[in-house]
Amino acid sequence: MYRETKILNVDSKVSPIGGDLEGAVGADEGELVINVGPQHPATHGVLHLVITLQGETIQKVEPHLGYIHRSIEKMCESLSYRQFIYVTSRMDYLSAHINNHGCALCVEKGLQLEIPPRAQVIRVLMDELTRIASHELWWGAMAMDLGAFTPFFYAFRERETINDIMEETCGARLTMNYMVPGGVMYDIHPNFQKRVKDFIQLFNNKIDEYDDLVTNNIIFQNRTKGVGILSAADAISYGCTGPVARGSGVTCDIRKLYPYEVYDKVAFDEIIETAGDSYARYLVRIKELRQSVRIIEQLIDNIPDGDFQAKTKAVLKLPRGEFYSRIETARGEFGVYIVSEGGTTPYRIKFRSPGFSNLSALDHMSRGSKIGDLMAIMGTLDLVIPDIDR
Amino acid sequence: MFSLENITDSSQKWLYATFNSTIALVLQCVIVMLLVISLFAVLGLVLVLMERKVAARMQIRLGPNRVGPKGMLQTAADTLKLMMKEGLTPDGADKFLFNLAPFVVMIAGMLIMAPIAFAKGFQIWDINIGVLYVSAVSSVSVIGILMAGWASNNKYSLLGAMRSGAQIVSYELSAGFSIVSIVVLAGSLQMSDIIASQQTGWWLFRGHIPAIIAFVIFIIAVTAETNRAPFDLAEAESELTAGFHTEYSGMKFALFFLAEYINIFIVCAIGATLFLGGWMPLHVGHWKGFNHVMDYIPSSLWFLGKTFFLIFLIMWFRWTFPRLRVDQLLSLEWKYLLPISMFNLLLITLIAIMGWHF
Repeated sequence: MYRETKILNVDSKVSPIGGDLEGAVGADEGELVINVGPQHPATHGVLHLVITLQGETIQKVEPHLGYIHRSIEKMCESLSYRQFIYVTSRMDYLSAHINNHGCALCVEKGLQLEIPPRAQVIRVLMDELTRIASHELWWGAMAMDLGAFTPFFYAFRERETINDIMEETCGARLTMNYMVPGGVMYDIHPNFQKRVKDFIQLFNNKIDEYDDLVTNNIIFQNRTKGVGILSAADAISYGCTGPVARGSGVTCDIRKLYPYEVYDKVAFDEIIETAGDSYARYLVRIKELRQSVRIIEQLIDNIPDGDFQAKTKAVLKLPRGEFYSRIETARGEFGVYIVSEGGTTPYRIKFRSPGFSNLSALDHMSRGSKIGDLMAIMGTLDLVIPDIDR
Repeated sequence: MFSLENITDSSQKWLYATFNSTIALVLQCVIVMLLVISLFAVLGLVLVLMERKVAARMQIRLGPNRVGPKGMLQTAADTLKLMMKEGLTPDGADKFLFNLAPFVVMIAGMLIMAPIAFAKGFQIWDINIGVLYVSAVSSVSVIGILMAGWASNNKYSLLGAMRSGAQIVSYELSAGFSIVSIVVLAGSLQMSDIIASQQTGWWLFRGHIPAIIAFVIFIIAVTAETNRAPFDLAEAESELTAGFHTEYSGMKFALFFLAEYINIFIVCAIGATLFLGGWMPLHVGHWKGFNHVMDYIPSSLWFLGKTFFLIFLIMWFRWTFPRLRVDQLLSLEWKYLLPISMFNLLLITLIAIMGWHF
């Protein structure tokens, strides 16, 4: 039949970035190799997956990276310690605040700066608002991957409020660049506390609404329960962090394990689900929304007076040595590793992004499941492609 | 009272009186053809706009509101745009089948229009096996979809077409059983007889709980048959980009798009005819005054009202539910809906034989 040869020939044997694809060359009779992405509605960015199918069943998933690689780590080497923080907003743009925060922490570690208590609380508040905004977007996109369009709009309705709050205080809505070494760039806007309180009040009911619309939906539960199972041991060996690992029962919340700023002073729970399937990862994130709200509720009325920024020199110079700091973003552990030669710019910078490690588990999780499951698994990994490629 | 029946009757009489019977028949065919085509165009415009407005309402936004008053002309503008677009045929596609497929899907939709009674006496062809004809012809569209998926030379299209094939063939059974249960109650396959049998009340209410079960199964099955969410696996945007019509563009894509909406209209029209009494007004027992008032509402409005109510239901599903997975879709049909509808048919037969219905 002329069709059979054609179907395997069209676009699969040669990878768009050159060279043969391992899966396609070894493809058995009846196997179908499909390129999902770099332009595909469910990859949310330029992720390229080469999947090998037997009918509808996935044999293998091979992620191909590099479509949005901007060599951020290299760029950071020529930027000063104040400047390089802004580039990290462009990595995991949904957790821009938290990325900035992680970098600021590392620089402060090198400078051994003492952060004013007011700045610490503002930073935590901003981090948690960012976490809510990020999980909101994930929730909408996840439902959309599973074929429900409406949740996306509901999620964006609430996310919009957070963006407005951010805009008022930081002057930007997506890449805020608000965290600087030594504290935050400006003091909070006079409206900040009131608007956050209004938002929290509104948002508590909205999470119940989300549960009604998606979490308790029987189709949604059937689509996610028992899908993409990742055992605790696998989660550790793939280096998964964040909600992905916590959905498999691994304790890995940096906020609890290595508390920074005021996380050791606020009461909140680390959410652990043991099932390890997509539904467990989903539940972790939904419950984290409530925990973030809890943290904000405790802090919003208790912002101490004082400086919002420590006194720092105009030109920062880190002492010779290696510095590492870690922080919990919405996606997991974000690590910043700085090697300093004592100059005004870092000698070498390495970012440990949560998305990269989480993506590496995708092949393991989706083997033997259906194409539809792949979307459910990718949805719960909550991938942000610029974070993976950097 | 004004009725469309008068128009159709008098125009037929005039045709046969003026011309000899052959020419009259030909003229009649031409008129019907023009009517069906214009109905297609109007329905397409109305339903697409309705879908967008319904979706917008559910998604806390406004929907199209710029072109024409309240965005009424948006779909017309979109159609113009699609007409001007280039109809690409991908390299390596089977050109003949690729270009034929949209027409097969369209023609299948047009054929099913024949036995539908739009109003009292306003029916193209009151064939005595009406319901059987509908079930038979509605299966033709799956051939068009398979053709499109196969000829596109695209793996997404192929997967989408195969899914669609499995889906339509399976859900045809449940839909068939639900239709048969009304045929059993009404005692006829002819559309006009089925409508006439509901003069004292709609079968949905008269057939006890089994009729309601049959109705629910019918709605689920036709949602699946028309490839609508939550059963839109053939298109499955997040999985297969656009499924079987990934490679189609311009007017060929528009034909698929149109056929989808026409199919929704048709299955809802059939649902309204079988379960909700077609153009029959709502009559409640011995409330003479109420029944009399209901009779004053034109029969075409009754028919369209019921049909659009069902269409709204199906649109509501689409904007609420996530999509099923392919194996869940098939197990829902073969493990749940089919056994239930078979058993339900037995119950309905019992009701019909014993004369227990109201």
